[in-house]
Amino acid sequence: MPREVIVRTINLKKTYMLGKIPLPVLKGIDLEILRGEYISIMGPSGSGKTTLFNMIGGLDKPTEGKVYIDEVDIAQLDAYELAWLRCRKIGYIFQTFNLIPVMTALENVMLPMIFAGMSTDDAREKAKQLLETVGLGDRLHHKPFELSGGQQQRVAIARALANDPAIILADEPTGNLDLRTGKEIINLLRQMNKEKQVSIITATHDLKMLDVSDRVIWIRDGMIERIEDRENLDIRVGHVEGEEAG
Amino acid sequence: MDKKIERQLSLPLKNAFQMSLRNFRIRFGRAIIVTMSILLGIAFFMSVMTSNSFTMALIEKGPENIKTILIENLEEIKVRQKWLVSLSLLVCTVGIINSMLMAVTERSREIGTMKCLGALDRFIMELFLLEAMIHGIGGSIVGSFLGVLIMTVVYIFQYKKIIISIFPVLQILKYIGISIILGTGLAIFGSIYPAIVSARMEPAEAIRREV
Ligand SMILES: Nc1ncnc2c1ncn2[C@@H]1O[C@H](COP(=O)(O)OP(=O)(O)O)[C@@H](O)[C@H]1O
Ligand SMILES: [Mg+2]
Repeated sequence: MPREVIVRTINLKKTYMLGKIPLPVLKGIDLEILRGEYISIMGPSGSGKTTLFNMIGGLDKPTEGKVYIDEVDIAQLDAYELAWLRCRKIGYIFQTFNLIPVMTALENVMLPMIFAGMSTDDAREKAKQLLETVGLGDRLHHKPFELSGGQQQRVAIARALANDPAIILADEPTGNLDLRTGKEIINLLRQMNKEKQVSIITATHDLKMLDVSDRVIWIRDGMIERIEDRENLDIRVGHVEGEEAG
Repeated sequence: MDKKIERQLSLPLKNAFQMSLRNFRIRFGRAIIVTMSILLGIAFFMSVMTSNSFTMALIEKGPENIKTILIENLEEIKVRQKWLVSLSLLVCTVGIINSMLMAVTERSREIGTMKCLGALDRFIMELFLLEAMIHGIGGSIVGSFLGVLIMTVVYIFQYKKIIISIFPVLQILKYIGISIILGTGLAIFGSIYPAIVSARMEPAEAIRREV
């Protein structure tokens, strides 16, 4: 497979202003993520993972530096093109699931397809298929509050896949789930990654995530500490898990 | 170059309407507050209009003694009424703005999420304005009938059966129509600013905000 860079950040910086005091959160992030890769971004709480996601996902503007999605500088996009990018190129998964509470599972999954201009009938068909794929074929007409956390996150995964995005950004997708459910969600993400060749970038401080990742990017205080390939990971994982337990 | 045709985002009116209606039904507690301010404003407006219609009908067709009393006070009453009606409609509009702004805050995460899914600012505005329209129509229909009912009861107490015989049906129907248009208009007008606020929210900020 040719090496195709789907996300590239160059010297990405973000500084929030707390009143008049600048708070640098990202201090120059350079990243290249390939099509079809499964990337885990590891880092302690407050290290800037969510902020980085917001920049990559076109949800917020960097203070400095550039983000390229599929070789397009997203700072050059107008509001319409940016919305289109969010709709078609990127799927988002959140720690808090963020399903639309007044809509059923099926309608939640249909929504991005409706925005993308698909007919209601086609959208419904595809949403059904996606929900079946994530194992919720029997929960189509349930509202989010009638579903468990793990089930809600499955709906969110189906929704993120709705328009066949090139990238899925999952910000601590297992943060609100118990151990077993979290593992199931991660395996599902990995399965989708393999089947649909969608790049998955997930933020986490959860070591379970490491198993499935092609690469792990460790960030600390808004900077990349190190990037590890899968091959080098096995040795490390044992080490780190020991650390955690101790 | 880029295929513009393919790069379309849309929210068909039918879907938008369904979503707004759903929001209205499911978030009934909040919906009732918005609807109530329209309902009360319009009920007051309609009661004044009904009262006017009765007065005019009495002057036209009523007994001589009532007629003279009414004509004497007519001008003064009309001036005072204009004040009261304008004031009550103003209060009603402020009520709508206030409760719609609260709805926007409550739903900020939902708005942020929709933007992540590809909603344009315009879709978000459309959803809020459609919802306002539903409040407006619902509130003013109920409100206008309530206003007619109350005033009719009041007049029947004062003038007894004459009111039934001179009941100005057409006049009152006309005012009900005006009420519905007015109430819906005010609901939409009062929701323009909240809708703009919601549409302009930055997705990252909107999602971060805890309610
Ligand atoms: N909108 C904001 N305004 C001010 N500070 C923020 C904002 N968003 C995040 N921060 C701060 O930036 C730092 C990194 O936050 P975040 O990216 O959420 O970290 P993580 O996701 O790794 O836990 C934190 O100190 C946080 O308080
Ligand atoms: Mg975070």
